[in-house]
Amino acid sequence: MRRSGLWVGIVLVALVILAALVSLVWTPYDPLQVQPTQILQSAGWRHLLGTDGFGIDILSRLLVGARTTVFVGVVAVSLAALGGVPLGVLAGMRGGWVSEIVLRVSDILYAFPALLLAILLAAAVGASTLTAMVAIGIASIPAFARVARAATLIVMTQDYILAARASGTSRWTISVRHVLPNIAAVLGVQASVSFGIAILAEAALSYLGLATPPPTPTWGRMLHDAQSYIFTSPIQALWPGLAIALSVLGLNLLGDGLRDHLDPRLRETA
Amino acid sequence: MSPLLEVTDLRIAFGRSRREVVHGISFGLEPGERLGLIGESGSGKTVTALAVMGLLAENAYVSGSIRLGGRELVGLRDSELAPLRGDLMSMVFQEPMTALDPTMPVGRQVAEVLLLHQHLGHGVARGRVIEILAEVGLEDPERVADAYPHALSGGQRQRVVVAMALINRPGLVICDEPTTALDVTVQATVLNLLDTALDAVGASCLFISHDLAVVSQLCHRVLVMLDGEIVEQGTMSQVFTAPTHPYTQGLVATARIDAVAPGERLPTVEDFYARQAGR
Amino acid sequence: MNSGRTVAVRLLVFAASLFVASIAIFLVVNALPGDVATAILGFGADPASIADLRARLGLDRPLLVRYFAWAGNMLTGNLGRSYLTSESVTALVAPRIGVTAWLVVISMLIAPLVALPLGMLAAMKRRSWQGATASTVSQIGLSIPAFYAGILLVIVFAVTLRWLPANGYTELVDATGRWRPVSFVQHLVLPVLSLVIVQSSVLTRYVRSAFIEVLSEDYFRTARAVGWTRWRALWRHGVRNAAISVVTVIGLQLATLLVGAIVVEQVFRIPGLGTALLSAVANRDLIVVQGIVMVLVFAVLVINLLTDLSYLLIDPRLRGRDAR
Repeated sequence: MRRSGLWVGIVLVALVILAALVSLVWTPYDPLQVQPTQILQSAGWRHLLGTDGFGIDILSRLLVGARTTVFVGVVAVSLAALGGVPLGVLAGMRGGWVSEIVLRVSDILYAFPALLLAILLAAAVGASTLTAMVAIGIASIPAFARVARAATLIVMTQDYILAARASGTSRWTISVRHVLPNIAAVLGVQASVSFGIAILAEAALSYLGLATPPPTPTWGRMLHDAQSYIFTSPIQALWPGLAIALSVLGLNLLGDGLRDHLDPRLRETA
Repeated sequence: MSPLLEVTDLRIAFGRSRREVVHGISFGLEPGERLGLIGESGSGKTVTALAVMGLLAENAYVSGSIRLGGRELVGLRDSELAPLRGDLMSMVFQEPMTALDPTMPVGRQVAEVLLLHQHLGHGVARGRVIEILAEVGLEDPERVADAYPHALSGGQRQRVVVAMALINRPGLVICDEPTTALDVTVQATVLNLLDTALDAVGASCLFISHDLAVVSQLCHRVLVMLDGEIVEQGTMSQVFTAPTHPYTQGLVATARIDAVAPGERLPTVEDFYARQAGR
Repeated sequence: MNSGRTVAVRLLVFAASLFVASIAIFLVVNALPGDVATAILGFGADPASIADLRARLGLDRPLLVRYFAWAGNMLTGNLGRSYLTSESVTALVAPRIGVTAWLVVISMLIAPLVALPLGMLAAMKRRSWQGATASTVSQIGLSIPAFYAGILLVIVFAVTLRWLPANGYTELVDATGRWRPVSFVQHLVLPVLSLVIVQSSVLTRYVRSAFIEVLSEDYFRTARAVGWTRWRALWRHGVRNAAISVVTVIGLQLATLLVGAIVVEQVFRIPGLGTALLSAVANRDLIVVQGIVMVLVFAVLVINLLTDLSYLLIDPRLRGRDAR
């Protein structure tokens, strides 16, 4: 039963990535062309998911929206990993006051959820995809730092580390050759989780108008637009939200599945 | 006298594959009698005890008969068995350090056992708790009752556990290796405690251990279990002087190292009973 | 008493975090490129009026001076004056704090009430379909953005069933002094529910794993051995031990909850801190933005402090360091 979760997750994530990639070369209809004669069509053979208030095919907009979702997620998580992992590994290897500082700073950063940081950034320099990505990335650094630190601490107790240090290997080499490969799996799980959080944050920001500006379709923005028609055509709001939920669900299941897969092995090493 | 505990053809299996761990054992226990259950890990002795108490995991399948005071226990639901536990039968486990809830004072945990099965005022209950804590040999029972488990030593915690097992004067007390996790010096005192306490309450005891020497100090009769079956039954003296099964012979020999001449190699169970390959 | 020392350390860390956070907020808003005065007046405005506005708003002073002026004022409760309307930011923010507080506090109270039984069920029955269902439900619940849950709820309860209003807010005691509890509750049901759906899903997962751990503990087995049924043993001895991890999560989740509330306020047009923040951002009224974010961060840090301190109450092992 557990295994099925992992596979469902993989399928969902693959679907989203596929949608994003496909949208680069083809969409059923033009996602940007306003069609005044086709407004608010319900689902049917011509438009699988119907059309929105501008007459644009919803499915096409969803596919293009997947692009932003994946893009923002990948950049934000990469930023977070690039910032958080070195800090975490450093804290784990050095211990002492270095570790304390990293922990304290990450605690303070925790008080700034991605959204708040993004709002601040948007207020300061104006909202854009960049501010969203940077804000979400920075806000996710503490999570990576903590996980990297905890995993590094476990690795440091292993005999092969002691052997490496006894033979005079430099700290730098140890961290790259021995620590990183061994914490990669745990970081992978965290990446999955952070990706899901990033998607939720980006969706909220798009909804609030604080991320990618129109006319580029984003799932959050589509939800915002759909709200205006909530009394006349409520079903419109269903699809972009579903897309968000399924993407996040897929990533969470993936992360859980990976964690379960690793858990028995983690216990053996610890 | 009808037996207090009567186990007939008890079979215990686990999981969907119904892997059988206990293969149809039968034994009886008279009121006031002390029965030792000897075996190594994996012999099925603990699982048997848990089956009597109804504490097996939900993926366990029990068949056969377990009668306590004439009442059939196999097939009863948890809600029907729970009132019997702590009242008619109780159990003392091996590891005292983790047996108690770390977030509750010890006295409260003992009182719980009392109040679960009897309607008493809290004042009367506390009185009974202090009383029994003193009976199990704890000095300054008032202070102990108000203390949290982490403030007590292993020996003290085990005494508390014994108090919890005896406070409702059950007819049957099952002890699963109660002294194995304790320091050697403390072991003897706890065994003495069990001896006197069981006599005072008049309870029967099913005493599980891997150590024949410990069992011989406390019990009248003994069962030897091996790979889910009973291979020998008899009184302590019978088993010690004339063991019939080779495995028992090995156990007796290893328990009797004082009988080995100096300079001679110490005996092992394998000398008497060769294990099958793959076990 | 060693717990006294622990409390003092926590308070110190709290104060330091507050200080650092205020610096971070100030720097992000004021040290990044982008001139407020230009943004307010528009790009076509002449340099003289821009310079004038900058002087009036005190933006021509050095950064350090401006920071200490702002921080110093905050200690006396003065959050500055709006760049746009010149009204006191504190006066603007104060009534809205109550509104957002209602939303957040009610959600924070209801979520554990849902998560506890659900998590218990998921733990106890984890090998059967009931547990799997409970787990799946919580998995889905935390994948849904709170504002999507809100929109769905509006579609079901406001548009289709017409049981509840689709947006808006009523004070518990309105301007004329009348009590309006029914309307108050009606307007809060859906927003709170949106937040609770997500929060309780997150909590359920932690409750579940906390209870699963309890199930494997020896003291749980002891509890069953003395006569408690499975459920009651888990309840009596599990809740307190699970509470430690649950309290941790609630503390961690508070920041997320606040942020969720900001978005939910937009969905339901509730006049709280969230909507004020967002309109300030739209208007580039940066001093208001600074003030509100500071208030929010302050709230998060205070709650974190309180949850930290509550551990001392829940887990007796942490109290007397001498009894090791």
